[in-house]
Amino acid sequence: MPVVGRIIRIAGPLVVADNMTGAKMFEMVEVGEERLIGEIIRITGDKAYIQVYESTTGLRPGEPVYGTGSPLSVELGPGLLGQIYDGIQRPLSLIRDITGSIFVKRGIKVPAIDRKKKWHFKPNTSIKPGDKLEPGDILGVVQETSLIEHRIMVPPDVHGVLEWLAPEGEYTVEDTIAVLTVPGKGKVELKMLQKWPVRKPRPVKEKLEAVEPLITGMRVIDTMFPIAKGGTAAIPGPFGSGKTVTLHSLAKWSAAKVVIYIGCGERGNEMTEALIKFPKYKDPWTGKPLLERTILIANTSNMPVAAREASIYTGVTIAEYYRDMGYDVLLVADSTSRWAEALREISGRLEEMPAEEGFPSYLASRLAEFYSRAGRAYLLGRPPRVGSVTIVGAVSPPGGDFTEPVTANTKRFIRVFWALDASLAYSRHYPAINWITSYSAYVDLVAKWWHEHIDPRWKEYRDEAYRILMREDELKEIVKLIGTEGLSEKDKLVLEVARLIREGFLQQNAFDPIDCFATPQKQWAQLMTIIDFYRLALRLVEQGIPVAKIKERLAIKLRNFVIKSRFEIPNDKVEEIYKLREELLNELNKILEEHLKGGSKT
Amino acid sequence: MSLQQATGKKLAVAREYETVSEIKGPLLIVEGVSDAAYDEIVEVELPNGEIRRGRVLETSTNYAVVQVFEGTTGIPVTGTKVRFLARTLEIKVSDEMLGRIFNALGEPIDGGPPIVSGVWRDVNGDPLNPAARNYPEDFIQTGISAIDGMNTLVRGQKLPIFSGSGLPHNMLAAQIARQATVRREGEEFAVVFAAIGIMYDEFLFFKRFFEETGALKRTAMFVTLADDPPMLRLVTPRAALTLAEHLAFDLGMHVLVILTDMTNYCEALREISAAREEVPGRQGYPGYMYSDLASIYERAGRAIGKKGSITQMPILTMPNDDITHPIPDLTGYITEGQIVLSRELWNRGIYPPINVLMSLSRLMKEGIGPGKTREDHANVSDQLYAAYARAQELRQLATIVGEESLSEVDRKYLRFAEAFEQKFLKQGFYENRSIEETLEIAWEVLSILPESELFKIKDEYIKKYHPKYRKKTQNQQKKS
Ligand SMILES: Nc1ncnc2c1ncn2[C@@H]1O[C@H](COP(=O)(O)OP(=O)(O)OP(=O)(O)O)[C@@H](O)[C@H]1O
Ligand SMILES: [Mg+2]
Repeated sequence: MPVVGRIIRIAGPLVVADNMTGAKMFEMVEVGEERLIGEIIRITGDKAYIQVYESTTGLRPGEPVYGTGSPLSVELGPGLLGQIYDGIQRPLSLIRDITGSIFVKRGIKVPAIDRKKKWHFKPNTSIKPGDKLEPGDILGVVQETSLIEHRIMVPPDVHGVLEWLAPEGEYTVEDTIAVLTVPGKGKVELKMLQKWPVRKPRPVKEKLEAVEPLITGMRVIDTMFPIAKGGTAAIPGPFGSGKTVTLHSLAKWSAAKVVIYIGCGERGNEMTEALIKFPKYKDPWTGKPLLERTILIANTSNMPVAAREASIYTGVTIAEYYRDMGYDVLLVADSTSRWAEALREISGRLEEMPAEEGFPSYLASRLAEFYSRAGRAYLLGRPPRVGSVTIVGAVSPPGGDFTEPVTANTKRFIRVFWALDASLAYSRHYPAINWITSYSAYVDLVAKWWHEHIDPRWKEYRDEAYRILMREDELKEIVKLIGTEGLSEKDKLVLEVARLIREGFLQQNAFDPIDCFATPQKQWAQLMTIIDFYRLALRLVEQGIPVAKIKERLAIKLRNFVIKSRFEIPNDKVEEIYKLREELLNELNKILEEHLKGGSKT
Repeated sequence: MSLQQATGKKLAVAREYETVSEIKGPLLIVEGVSDAAYDEIVEVELPNGEIRRGRVLETSTNYAVVQVFEGTTGIPVTGTKVRFLARTLEIKVSDEMLGRIFNALGEPIDGGPPIVSGVWRDVNGDPLNPAARNYPEDFIQTGISAIDGMNTLVRGQKLPIFSGSGLPHNMLAAQIARQATVRREGEEFAVVFAAIGIMYDEFLFFKRFFEETGALKRTAMFVTLADDPPMLRLVTPRAALTLAEHLAFDLGMHVLVILTDMTNYCEALREISAAREEVPGRQGYPGYMYSDLASIYERAGRAIGKKGSITQMPILTMPNDDITHPIPDLTGYITEGQIVLSRELWNRGIYPPINVLMSLSRLMKEGIGPGKTREDHANVSDQLYAAYARAQELRQLATIVGEESLSEVDRKYLRFAEAFEQKFLKQGFYENRSIEETLEIAWEVLSILPESELFKIKDEYIKKYHPKYRKKTQNQQKKS
């Protein structure tokens, strides 16, 4: 029997109740006569400390607290895609329609997944009654959206002998679609609707290494600091430096099968933007509306802070569920700092001993737990399959200071670091990913993929571009002392080419219909043009041709290359970039010929 | 919303206690109270009959912690009565309030009659459902080039001014309030103005300004001055926004909310946190300041099925002009951009002294372009940013190595920067430029640079709008 206790203290989102003997840690409870959703986060004696996921205004000591006997869980099943949920998986569009209000009132209980909608279920024809089924075995499929086939699986904690499997037909998520005889439990009815506790990672057979890039269409990411399927990345930066725009771009263009977008303590309008725009954009990989592969979780900055803490877990649990079907899932969280601050706020109310900057001492372990839920894995069940969860978290350091606890601790658990930089953002170099301080541990690993699928010279060219940028950085220091005129001709060329790399390659306008997304083929064509230009120009310089002369002859052509290749040449016309490349190289060759001919003259 | 409605249950009527056991800063601890509701409003009656108001910050089976808005100065432990009023903090809002002046609690202080009609609303409001928002996208012409051209404001945006003491933020806000229009509609904004702990002369500046421009009749002012009890500052912006929400979402008006000065608000927040002995965050400000500020700033925007909108323009002064100070920092993390004022430009006689590089409007992209401003707007703005940023770098370099050791192109950047500041940025307090004029000036200053430096502007726009080509086409047109 779940317990019934009594409120003895209320301080903001924290409620203390007594008479709670028998309650369990992380049990979900209903608080007060209005039955607000909460979760037990500490137990001492018969007292339970509860974080409440809704506003506690008006709550009074003496009101009841009802235990539910089960931990905070999410609902899983067809009907998740395209939805927008709050931090504890309440469907916000539905709430809007039901209440007819533009505001979120508390105490509203609406199931996360539509109970009435019928889905066309197709049973798995390779299983039959009498078969022994294991966790993860696929019972059948439902076409959830035109993009995603939803695979209905035996839950991770169930196994047994199949007694009955529903024939093809229309079913609601609560209809029984299979009956299993489970040892020790007898007959168990399985439905498409399943539940899973958010704080418990869903099991896999075996965690695997990342092997493939997750192509994002952003040049600075794919070519310079790539992310792998199943990898982890952080994108820290001061306000206005481009975290959200980058995460939106990832959600829009990356080659993931399913995308979970968590707006955790950020702006309402940013969620609205995704909600309004994603249905209009087409997935570049399939041509289908983006919202068909996306689930939005919105616990904005003005929504209750405890639900912000939960939103991360809600999101990652849903991500694991789609991974378990054998899909590559991308989860982006904006911003993990707001989640950490929610932890801090609750910890403060619990009067726990603070560690750095008031954050609780368990901040690092919570971050580690979260990022550990990423990965590529060999999954439970048959047919055998592999899936992945890639996690990208924004970090919002106070004052843009990367030494603060959330950034510093996050760095320990991620493999890709896209450091955004205020000064790049100020000069509108977007994405403002600083190429000196950013890194990716996946460069060598994804090189294999590029060499197989695009061009075997990829790594060589990529490294050369990177070296030019590094050299530019050194030269800038020298220039500060002696000015540009004091540099050698070779170094002057490096500066020119570095500028070309910055303007024509690293920068990418997320809002330009053509520039926003570049296929690997287009990225390679752009990179190759720049590096080949550099190599040939270097030969000219070695022949004694001044950089100023090259610039004079090619300035307009180079500008054209930048403008055309970024804003005018779409992904399916990459050959036009190669034409521009030819023109540039021809012009260089002409200068060289003229020089060699007239060599005696000058 | 009354507490009864909020909680859907019957509450005891007002309960009175005379059991204040401790007074700590702005806080009263009342013993023996077992049923105070969280956030409930109280009335504190001093032995001399004076009445103050407050709210419950923490409640338990044997005590309640009450924050007194007017402060605790002069409150004795014995003989003070505390009445719990069984409701949350509400104000009565209506369009009758336009043209009037109120205190933080929404009571008229202009000597006029009481507000008769209206609805009672909880000042804390409810969070807007992200699924019920509509994305802001209507271009507001402010007539200020640095804003319209490079940091475009749209209707429903929250765009703060980050200023420093002694900088002309009030002038700028006033100029924006006077000039802001959505073209083709011409409908004027209703203005809700919250004075939060500002000096009397600043309040007078705004009041006169609204009077002189004839805007007063469509303006409601909520005023807490520097010498008013600081706890009231926590209520002022909320009261103002409660009215704004009513005007925008119940009555369909377009509302411009000016909140000044949010730094004073944050100071009050720090004070109450210290009194509660909470673990302080950065520089003593409470760890929840981000969420608290968000509960103010997020009360802006548009909503599906509603005609009205709330555009927010908070003003704050950055302590020591430091943009990384927690107040501007947390604000910037919540608002949709910021207009940053520069002391350096101001000292050089440039008004408005807007540091464009540090300024940003995140909703600009939706508000500009063909049909809204002009097709070349985005490109021109990007180019101005890139060129001015480069010029700033070169300026620094020139002070070290001398202008003569810069290349010819680099020297052109220096001339560009000069022209940009003197012609584009600088304008008069009464100068109201159309967006076409703004773009005109932009092209004029950009044409100082060689065409091959214009990396951000598509050829078609260069051909169409660059002065060089335009003169040609004009000449051709004249000839034919
Ligand atoms: N790739 C890009 N292309 C074009 N503009 C960009 C790009 N990245 C960022 N921006 C510009 O920078 C602005 C701020 O970006 P964004 O909102 O992503 O910042 P943020 O780092 O998420 O800030 P905050 O921490 O305050 O949320 C955008 O509104 C946009 O104008
Ligand atoms: Mg952001």
